[in-house]
Amino acid sequence: MSPAPVRMFLKTRLGTWTGFGAAAIVLFGLAPLLLSGFRLGLLAQFICYAIVAVGIGLAWGRGGMLTLGQGVFFGMGAYLMAMHLKMADAEFRNGPGAVPDFMELAGIRELPAYWAPFSSPAFTIAMILLLPTAFAVLLGLAVFKRRVKGAYFAILSQALAGAFAILLIGQQSLGGFNGLSRFQYFFGFTLADPVNQQMLYFIAAGVLLAVVAIALQLRRSRYGELLVAVRDAEERVRFLGYDAANVKVVAYAVAALFASVAGAVFVPVVGIISPASIGIVPSIMFILGVAIGGRASLVGPVVGALAVAWAQTALSEQFPSAWTYAQGLLFIAIIALLPGGIASVFKRFPTKRTPVEAAA
Amino acid sequence: MPLRLKLKARDLARTLAATAAITGLVATAACGTRAGEETAATESCVDTSGDTVKVGSLNSLSGTMAISETTVRDAIALAVKEINAAGGVQGKTVEIVAEDGASEPTVFAEKAEKLIREDCVAAVFGGWTSASRKAMLPVFEDNDSLLYYPVQYEGLEASENIFYTGATTNQQIIPALDYLAETGVESIYLVGSDYVFPRTANAIINAYAEAHGIEVLGEDYVTLGSTEFSTIVNQVKSAGADAVFNTLNGDSNVAFFREYANVGLTAEDMPVMSVSIAEEEVGGIGVENIEGQLAAWNYYQTVDSPANTAFVEAFKAEYGADRVTSDPMEAAYTSVYLWAATVEKAGSFAVADVQAAADGVSFESPEGTVVIDGDTHHVTKTARIGEIRADGLLYTVWESEGPIEPDPFLEGYDWAAGLGDTE
Repeated sequence: MSPAPVRMFLKTRLGTWTGFGAAAIVLFGLAPLLLSGFRLGLLAQFICYAIVAVGIGLAWGRGGMLTLGQGVFFGMGAYLMAMHLKMADAEFRNGPGAVPDFMELAGIRELPAYWAPFSSPAFTIAMILLLPTAFAVLLGLAVFKRRVKGAYFAILSQALAGAFAILLIGQQSLGGFNGLSRFQYFFGFTLADPVNQQMLYFIAAGVLLAVVAIALQLRRSRYGELLVAVRDAEERVRFLGYDAANVKVVAYAVAALFASVAGAVFVPVVGIISPASIGIVPSIMFILGVAIGGRASLVGPVVGALAVAWAQTALSEQFPSAWTYAQGLLFIAIIALLPGGIASVFKRFPTKRTPVEAAA
Repeated sequence: MPLRLKLKARDLARTLAATAAITGLVATAACGTRAGEETAATESCVDTSGDTVKVGSLNSLSGTMAISETTVRDAIALAVKEINAAGGVQGKTVEIVAEDGASEPTVFAEKAEKLIREDCVAAVFGGWTSASRKAMLPVFEDNDSLLYYPVQYEGLEASENIFYTGATTNQQIIPALDYLAETGVESIYLVGSDYVFPRTANAIINAYAEAHGIEVLGEDYVTLGSTEFSTIVNQVKSAGADAVFNTLNGDSNVAFFREYANVGLTAEDMPVMSVSIAEEEVGGIGVENIEGQLAAWNYYQTVDSPANTAFVEAFKAEYGADRVTSDPMEAAYTSVYLWAATVEKAGSFAVADVQAAADGVSFESPEGTVVIDGDTHHVTKTARIGEIRADGLLYTVWESEGPIEPDPFLEGYDWAAGLGDTE
């Protein structure tokens, strides 16, 4: 089959199910079979980046909002989860109300009040879902109602990521510059056990599929059409009587939610979260993956995020002291040759249009 | 018109349900050990059947720390080369697997895991920032492998799986304070980068100052990498302390010392005692801005000993006459020899055997004799106060009487009670 019919097929309902089925087989079947425990753990980490990328694909690719600060929401999810894991570890060791180990080293003897509720798993998960989303809605309303857009929005969101990282560095009760690490248990499961590490991979893969499903439904809905319309001609949409700001806020909040969930999965997978993983540079890396994959397509951001992370690991393993040059060249080459990202590679092949297809 | 979110709700629900079902099924089928249960020990994959044995060298070769950590990589490579030339370890040639930590804690954790689980190295050498060590620590503990960490740090740690060959606080900071007190300093000003090492160091300095009647006139922190110092330097100047204790790291030192010289402060009227400035950094700051200032380390290129002469000569022969040797490089070089000596003593590369044999293993290092303390996994070190001179090198102006026993939790100091208290 040439690429064009494949694309057509994937747009049908059967095609969608086939696509998800294939992805599920690869993620749940092939990957665990073919990859060593260590590589599977890495893939789980990359999948977390891909989950963030799906959100950016929605907000930036479909909604035109260049979200240069997704590290903020990623970090919120990650720190919220990390707080719960540290609390659970401390309580498992020393009973209720115990102070996490890193605080003892920092000279904090009393558990700060805002930490206490995070010993509850339900509260933690609720906060991971609600807090970043609510923050994004408030911020989005404040920004988009004032019609801040384009480069101004990008600068604002990036500044936010920088400020957030600096804020965290100053918080000794959140681990400061070192961040939070050394987690023993994940909701009662020992993280050091390879079997549980595989379970975390499955959770990450499942979340990725769910997030892609949600993004797909949003794209195909009336709302999805409206979002693209706002991206391409915001004034016209406004003249038609829609509130363009609300349309944007929804996409921005969904992207924030995805990033937060990704952060929450990232923490048990990687075992550390620190301001270095959520500031300006990581936020740009998120965007880069999406740009390379193809921001406007559904699967492009996922492929791009996975490809960028994989290339970074593979190149740095091969050329430990020169990989950054190779990576830079790769980025330049892709953006110069494929401005639409990896996802546009199919469209580069000229497809002969049959008269029937053209008429349809 | 209100915004209507008309989703094909049924489709979405189906897809989500299907995903949840698959994930739930696969995830629960794959459940492992729960909290409190004994985890099966991870099998080591270290292969010692051949003529070679692999070790990891994990340093930041890119990012902000690259300038410092590449020098450590060179020192590790030199030690391995020398050991191989002398017949290897247990008759086996040591082979380095190099990885880039990229100045990021998560990358350090990732690469450490790769070195242990994929490359099956017998030990890993490297790490610099405390953040990178904290990120790697659980990896080495969970996989039961060994890390040799070569940089002075804030203490309050002792992992079975890490050997700390840099100074802990009682081998660097406390001797520096003793020296200042001896020279009649009665008030100090603290300047540091905002992360764990300066904060812990300053907590110790405050406790020391209180116990020894030294007045702390100010305590300022800047974000790592910050280069804006006019406010702080002016505060330092107007506070009029007898000395400044500097725990800044990296680029901030350049801006700090330039501003310090700029407002007319000199080493004569207000000396600065630094704990993160070595031979490598002096060039970047500019000798004219820092001449006469003090540093506290365990090793300088100018240390006068046969072992050091040999080390400096070998290093310059390998990497060029313009290169300098510094404390972390020397500690990294020493760490490879300590590992080799421990393996020879144990007669085995196995982690448990190396841990059991470590106590009392010694090496005639460029800084003097170092001995591993089996309880804390730290080493004995000679403290040295150095003065920066016009040729850009540091010269010892004071040194401790022999090597100091490591005391990472400061248990031997009454005034430090409560600092390292983790009960």
